[in-house]
Amino acid sequence: MTAAIILVCSIVILAQFFVSYCRSLLASSAKKSLSPEVQEVTGISSAASGEDFLRVKQLLQLCPEHPQDDTGIQAVSGYFGLLNLLRQTFAQALPKLRSWVDFERGQCAYFLAVALDRRINFSRDLLAQQSNH
Amino acid sequence: MPGSVTYVLWPLTLLAQVGVVVCSLRGHSFRKYLALNLYMLSSFFAAILRFSILSQYGFSSKEYFYFYYYSEALLTVCLFFGLISLYTNVLTELKAERLVHLAATLLLIGTALFSYLVIRQSANKMLTHFVVEMSQNLYFVGLVLTYVLWGAIMKLRETRTRLIQLVLSTGLYFSAFAAIYALRNLYPSLHAIWGYLPPLIALALPVAWAYAFWRVPEEARLAPARLAVVPR
Repeated sequence: MTAAIILVCSIVILAQFFVSYCRSLLASSAKKSLSPEVQEVTGISSAASGEDFLRVKQLLQLCPEHPQDDTGIQAVSGYFGLLNLLRQTFAQALPKLRSWVDFERGQCAYFLAVALDRRINFSRDLLAQQSNH
Repeated sequence: MPGSVTYVLWPLTLLAQVGVVVCSLRGHSFRKYLALNLYMLSSFFAAILRFSILSQYGFSSKEYFYFYYYSEALLTVCLFFGLISLYTNVLTELKAERLVHLAATLLLIGTALFSYLVIRQSANKMLTHFVVEMSQNLYFVGLVLTYVLWGAIMKLRETRTRLIQLVLSTGLYFSAFAAIYALRNLYPSLHAIWGYLPPLIALALPVAWAYAFWRVPEEARLAPARLAVVPR
């Protein structure tokens, strides 16, 4: 009985921590502006929509990986999956929740666009270093 | 025997643990988050010792079993102190450091005593049972403490992004382990599930901390209302 209570409490709190952690990642990238190249490539200027997510993720996979970047990307991808699940279930009946979910999905896409920008800069620096040697 | 996944995750965890210390040194945050860094270093050395005992005595040996659970309990206590240092960081303006330390010490003693009393009632009074029981109770106490700290962060409108990320990732770690231990108690036969999850979560904590030290500057701030699960 105690173990069952601990399991339920832990899973509920785990979900809360996960959502808050992902939102802290999104909040830290929301203030950053995108470079003109990334804006052109992704078609995102100031705000992104959830529909951009997969496209930006595919672009991200084309760039060489940046160390320490994967944690955030994987967590945000998981969060995006959770939002999609919400969108297809509860948000169908609750318009307020649906608009919140759509806003969050857009934030996830923007987070990936900021990561893409970082990866492009990282690749550029690597190339510059190689050409110097 | 540990599976191939464990053997892949082991060196990655070691690298991530070193990464935390390197990133915090690089960001001049080693002293500020001393307890967290010491926990990472202890985890690193414990993992190396575990591996050497595993290769010397084997997975099913008593030596490995005892060392695994005792080091696990000691590391949980270390992380408990890391959590207390996060409390001190959040409540620094309230000047409640002594109160926090006293409460933490009492809670730690209380958890050990509770675990002992639970074991004393059972027919099998093995010392290893005590250490396993204490570990799972500490994880749950850690989870509750992190949740209370999270409540304090929201109430006090704490804005330090790095501190918030460190608290949240620690909360994720405690809640995931508390859930795994509970799952293990409920379904002991599901070894395939709880056998793989702990190394994965053990890797996630140092990776999240390294990310916080590497990517988030100490002066970064965010609005706490952005973090609430229920939109405000």
